Amino acid sequence: MGITFRKETFRDDFTFRNSPEHIRRFPFPFHEDAYMYAVNIEPHVVGPKGSVLENLIDVDEHYVAEMQDRALVLAEDPLRCQSLPHMTLAGWDLLELLMEQQALGYPEHFTLTRDGDRWRWINRPLGIDDTFTFGDTSTLPYGPMEYITRQSQGDFCILDQRDGNLWMDAGMVTTQADWSLDFDIGMNFFEWHAPVPLAHEKGIFVRALKFLTNIQQGKPARRLNWTMTINPRLDTSPENYHKWGPDRATVTPENVGDKVHLRVELQSFWRLPRSNGIVFPIRCYLIKMDELVTQPKWARRLHRVIRDLPEELATYKGLTRFRPTLVEWLSKLDDGSVTSSGFGPD
Amino acid sequence: MSTGTTKLDVVVSDVVPVNDLVTRFHFRRRDGELLPTFSGGAHVVVEMRDGERTRLNPYSLMGSPLDTREYTISVRRDDVGRGGSLFMHRNVKPGMEMVVSYPVNLFSLDLRAKKHLMLAGGIGITPFMAQTAQLAAEGGNFELHYTCRTASLGTYADVLRERYDRRVRLYHDDLDERIELDRLLSTQPLGTHLYVCGPAGMINWVRDRAASLGWPAETVHFEHFAAPQPGLPFDVTLAVSGKSIRVDEQQSLLEAIEAAGVDPPYLCRGGVCGQCETNVISCDGKFIHNDHWLSEEEHRSGKKIMPCVSRFEGRSLVLER
Repeated sequence: MGITFRKETFRDDFTFRNSPEHIRRFPFPFHEDAYMYAVNIEPHVVGPKGSVLENLIDVDEHYVAEMQDRALVLAEDPLRCQSLPHMTLAGWDLLELLMEQQALGYPEHFTLTRDGDRWRWINRPLGIDDTFTFGDTSTLPYGPMEYITRQSQGDFCILDQRDGNLWMDAGMVTTQADWSLDFDIGMNFFEWHAPVPLAHEKGIFVRALKFLTNIQQGKPARRLNWTMTINPRLDTSPENYHKWGPDRATVTPENVGDKVHLRVELQSFWRLPRSNGIVFPIRCYLIKMDELVTQPKWARRLHRVIRDLPEELATYKGLTRFRPTLVEWLSKLDDGSVTSSGFGPD
Repeated sequence: MSTGTTKLDVVVSDVVPVNDLVTRFHFRRRDGELLPTFSGGAHVVVEMRDGERTRLNPYSLMGSPLDTREYTISVRRDDVGRGGSLFMHRNVKPGMEMVVSYPVNLFSLDLRAKKHLMLAGGIGITPFMAQTAQLAAEGGNFELHYTCRTASLGTYADVLRERYDRRVRLYHDDLDERIELDRLLSTQPLGTHLYVCGPAGMINWVRDRAASLGWPAETVHFEHFAAPQPGLPFDVTLAVSGKSIRVDEQQSLLEAIEAAGVDPPYLCRGGVCGQCETNVISCDGKFIHNDHWLSEEEHRSGKKIMPCVSRFEGRSLVLER
């Protein structure tokens, strides 16, 4: 039967909504009533039916609208998509991965046919039917990374692995939580994580890098990260800070439920076979407070997490301005009862 | 049995003697599907079931990464080693079902290089077979210098000359031909990366000369798998799993741990990747460290061991496994 794709916007009139089914499958990131950094990496294996892990590359009801929003961002700012010259092979690796996974998970929407290096790709939701030669950039309208990531939800960073480090040498980044590919391009793992508070002292990045450089082909890994965004805006980039930064001052007790969104990133890590690089998809899920609190367990837990969050983390995540208003609003939904462990709704 | 990599069920599709010392093995997937794509320089770990004993040896993939219908490896017979290569030469026949790991690359090309300068010694030629195939297909700039004992032991020298002509330069020990290393390293264009695979002495020589001649360390790449060496048997207590084991003469410590039903992670089984690093809880005796992973300081500390290649001599050893 396939997915019914919503017509909606992530800017201007902000018509983005989650259907009731999509509220239930939201990847709520807190398994207990408090949050602190940890190296929360686990194998990226298929999860339960009806969850965002049902397929390793998730396509959902927001797919078409997200791809339209990406095209708008790129038209205004082409530097959101960059690939250093040595990364073209990795771009082909990524094209293969995303075509294979989307066709595998959603055969009613995507079809990949291969005859040697002659490939045909059909993307029905976006009305694309292209035949091209794998490995020959001149047979596609864009470079391989840009071509496929204009058709795949989430941001994508391709990391080159050398000298025992990972280097941000290519990416498509239009749905980011306040970081810039144009600023980070060419940086190594420690350089681009330099602004993150607390985690360096805990030695988290040293351990995380050791883990990531050992990611093996056929054994992807994943973790969840989160922040909060005012209005369902995908493009919260430093480049456009003037457009979304002031939104944080618009939160009132009356509009919390509609304006404040929990933003969860499902980050996964995959070894790329030909280039030996790593691709790091960062898939963004948004849910407004009114939708989230339809699950009483999530409402209680989110109240406790935001209330008790260390100040440095609240600042880093940009919550300072509206945190008191949000905590006050959520506190009315927290009767103090015990909340079961685990992520899912009760 | 390992937590390291995913496994592939394969069948031996061909066994081809190459010369007096080297035999080539071809593997295809048992289900007839294509094998996973790999990058030049990758290896697989081959599981050898030899009666009661299981050996796991890493071998570089030497076919073209563009052709994943089969994987090919070349095994040099080592008459005084622990028996893995002898098992391959004597026991592995076409049609035999085996298990190999997914490919792992610890000797990757640096794709930023303007030129790839490759130095191979003996059986160290195998990763370059795949890397040259990959680069040639992309129009990459490479040059291969290959030293072997004699022309008849110059494994694949003829194939390489035929494929790449003057981009391959051969040196024969019996004719007293030597790589003019200093001249070679002093005359490369900016942006060249250096790759070396061969005996430990050759790797050390090339790395030393490159460092002396001002090559930045990040442009010098080397494949340094140490084969586990046989040695005196020793006893080990595995504190976490509560087991006492004996490592016999021909067995590595890692293999003995695995034989006891404990599965430490591993990737290379050659002392370079760091996956099987193990903490020492207590010991009375001396370590024989053969790895390239731990620092000299860590070797001296007696607090860590790489069980894939290192051994122990003494009264007692307790490991955190």
